[in-house]
Amino acid sequence: MKRAFLALGLLLGACLAHAQLTIDITTTGGRQVPIAIVPMAGEASQPQSVSEVVGADLARTGLFRLVNTSGVSPLPTEPSEVNFVDWGSRAAEALVIGKIEPGSEGRVEVRFRLFDVQKQSQLASFSYLVAPAQLRATAHRIADVIYEKLTGDKGVFSTKITYVVKRGRRYELQVADADGFNAQSVLASNEPIMSPAWSPDGSRLAYVSFDQKKPIVVVQNLAQGTTRIVAAFRGNNSAPAWSPDSRTLLVALSKDGLTQIYRISAEGGEAQRLTDSAGIDTQPAYSPDGQWIAFTSDRGGSPQVYKMPAAGGPPQRLTFEGSYNVGPRYSPDGKFLAFVQRDGGRYRIATLELATGQVQVLTDGVLDDSPTYAPNGKMVLYEASVGGHGQLAAVSGDGRVRQRLTSAAGDVQDPAWGPLPTN
Amino acid sequence: MKKLASYVALALIAAACASKETKTEPQVADRSTPAPTASGTTGSMQTTPAQPSPSMAGNPLTDPNSPLSKRSIYFDFDSNAVKDEYRPLIQAHARYLTNDKRDAHIRIEGNCDERGSREYNLALGQRRAEAVKKMMTVLGVGDNRIETISYGEEKPVAQGHDEAAWAKNRRDDIKYAGE
Repeated sequence: MKRAFLALGLLLGACLAHAQLTIDITTTGGRQVPIAIVPMAGEASQPQSVSEVVGADLARTGLFRLVNTSGVSPLPTEPSEVNFVDWGSRAAEALVIGKIEPGSEGRVEVRFRLFDVQKQSQLASFSYLVAPAQLRATAHRIADVIYEKLTGDKGVFSTKITYVVKRGRRYELQVADADGFNAQSVLASNEPIMSPAWSPDGSRLAYVSFDQKKPIVVVQNLAQGTTRIVAAFRGNNSAPAWSPDSRTLLVALSKDGLTQIYRISAEGGEAQRLTDSAGIDTQPAYSPDGQWIAFTSDRGGSPQVYKMPAAGGPPQRLTFEGSYNVGPRYSPDGKFLAFVQRDGGRYRIATLELATGQVQVLTDGVLDDSPTYAPNGKMVLYEASVGGHGQLAAVSGDGRVRQRLTSAAGDVQDPAWGPLPTN
Repeated sequence: MKKLASYVALALIAAACASKETKTEPQVADRSTPAPTASGTTGSMQTTPAQPSPSMAGNPLTDPNSPLSKRSIYFDFDSNAVKDEYRPLIQAHARYLTNDKRDAHIRIEGNCDERGSREYNLALGQRRAEAVKKMMTVLGVGDNRIETISYGEEKPVAQGHDEAAWAKNRRDDIKYAGE
């Protein structure tokens, strides 16, 4: 019986731990801000080191360099204990100190302070009263504050990502923290799962399921685990894209012949046809202000990116370089489109600046697909193919910082980056 | 007995894992098109079990000597043009549907190789299926008897990453309802 329990333990372990993503930074560009993150007083006795998570979050962006804190004794936890001259001699420009103390009802109080070393001034000070199990999430919130103070952009360390893991014939839709931790399977199937898309309010995922032996569009409520079939018309149903108000979806349907773009309530119902071409129209995306719809169309002979007014009106072609530009996704500020461009036999992620028409190729893979912007617009997450296997990768909007997200679990594909938390 | 108990325990825990997963699986609501019953053999017509037919000694759809047992039409890269060599195959199925089995419905499933964007490939596969459907409707098969769908690049029959594998995956499969 002992052996059975051992086997049980192994099996349970396999259930929980199979899916961690590891994010490595492969290239950094430009100047990195040297920042010293001092271990917090009291964190050694906690289930999670807050300072380590904060440091890992910031280092992963490629914009920061962690300054060694070893040999500093005692480590400062209060402003009065900070020796700015010493940190200056270690070339630190920013300094983070903090402490964790017992709070009421089993909770802990986490206090952190961020300093400008050169000016010897405090830039931020916050405290959080949380359950010990929430320390990892708290660390992400602290990293968000530091990132925003030092770069002027919103941090995305508290966001989530979703992606499809394929192992043999088994498909899983997983949701993980933006750093790859806490991966959870929200759907499993022996049929393919494709094209997950977050509702802008973060409560639901739309995706393409093949459980009916054909592609249909399903919306799943993440908190409740309930699903609703939104589009299962004759033929293909695919490419769901949310409206900014999270109430309607754009979908690609072939119910009237070749694939065209339709609008449908996120609850399902009748589909309203939006495009009318003799070719394929698919991969729609709403602009963040809801005024435009970008999409792929091969009406001109080769697949290219177009946009049309969401209220109706003639489409205009946006891409002209090459014979294959597909799958547009708007940046959160609406100024750029990320898309897939074929160059020779290689497929890469490129961006188009809408105001100027300028195209920049960001990646150098062989089969890159499915770009998705971080909600602060700074990184583009995408699917890369390494040795014939799907893997996720990320690149900064200027192409200078690159990350690779690896998983031992199997092929990882079709990523989508979730919205900023609402609180 | 010990061994049995551990297997049972394993099965229970596996079921616990599985039930957590299946809870969120979408319900099958639209049954207007009967789903193929031969689960686990999708993508390979050769392994589909024979369907007993009351009117004939053997089922021509699965008899290897019948042209109707041939179900796959292959395409060139980036193309949905049906090559001449597949006309006899398509004509045989159209004849069967118009003369022998006037109540049968079919589904044409388009597929692509792995190159390119998943969602665009899904639409490309569907256009390949439409190309064969169009030939069949010209040959007299009613439009409402043929559904065209696509698996895009999601269900390759050949797993390699070279032209030999890709050529096998750029394909339409003809499936009869109930198979």
